[in-house]
Amino acid sequence: MVYLTRKIEFSASHLYHNPAFTAEENRRVFGKCNNPHGHGHNYVLEVTVAGDPDPATGMVLDLKELKEILQREVTDRMDHRFLNYEVPELAGQIPTCENIAAVIWRLLEPKITRGHLNRVRLYETPDLFVDCYGESNGAAPHSGGAR
Amino acid sequence: MKLHLARRYRFSASHRLHSAQLSEEENQSVYGKCNNPYGHGHNYVVEVAISGPVDHSTGMIANLADLDAFVDREIIEPFDHKYLNEEIAEFRESVPTTENLCIEIFNRLQGFPKARLERVRVEETGLNSFEYAGEPEGATHE
Repeated sequence: MVYLTRKIEFSASHLYHNPAFTAEENRRVFGKCNNPHGHGHNYVLEVTVAGDPDPATGMVLDLKELKEILQREVTDRMDHRFLNYEVPELAGQIPTCENIAAVIWRLLEPKITRGHLNRVRLYETPDLFVDCYGESNGAAPHSGGAR
Repeated sequence: MKLHLARRYRFSASHRLHSAQLSEEENQSVYGKCNNPYGHGHNYVVEVAISGPVDHSTGMIANLADLDAFVDREIIEPFDHKYLNEEIAEFRESVPTTENLCIEIFNRLQGFPKARLERVRVEETGLNSFEYAGEPEGATHE
């Protein structure tokens, strides 16, 4: 088994606000992230696909194909968007790094047909990231990879 | 959905690698420059990964403010700008290699009440890092 990782970047804004909370609770729980005007990040996404290289091509999957999937599913949807209002997959959720990573997993998982999606790592800043392994099937996750 | 949240923290500290179980000559040959009796320092980076269910009302595994406060109290306060050999009780008994430091940090962070501690990775420099995720079920760590 070989693990292949492709990295992309996108920039987006968001804010944390739960309409079920009072204004005071929202401020206390979410702090600066509750600013109603929102704020932004340069997100870095690392997508790891696991598989055995095809003997004919030597590839787990064609990187060009992966690049196109990431462009269509992630960049086109999220880059330079306000995540709360412009990404329907996040509707009704707080767009935390946890929830965005899980949405990205659900978008990518069915599209990766050669090898299988092993890990989605989403950096909100260089010091904060989330690893998503999908619905765990008991296989040992890949914890290393490029940073 | 299996999710791990990881956060990176920094502290600077000095240490000296010297084992009471080795002779002076052995210490010199095993630890080289790191055996300098005056010690030396590093800018350590500590990467802490936690897991747990995402609270639907907040979208979070744990509030970062709680994690930051806990790591600050348990790790940054006691370790930052300290001489590890003398000022951290555990390293009066064991050598403060980054292997041992990583295990010590993991043990201190295991008490985080809001999520499960998955692993700790310590970068001694940008070129060396060590990772510890506890011992497998049933095993004991010496």
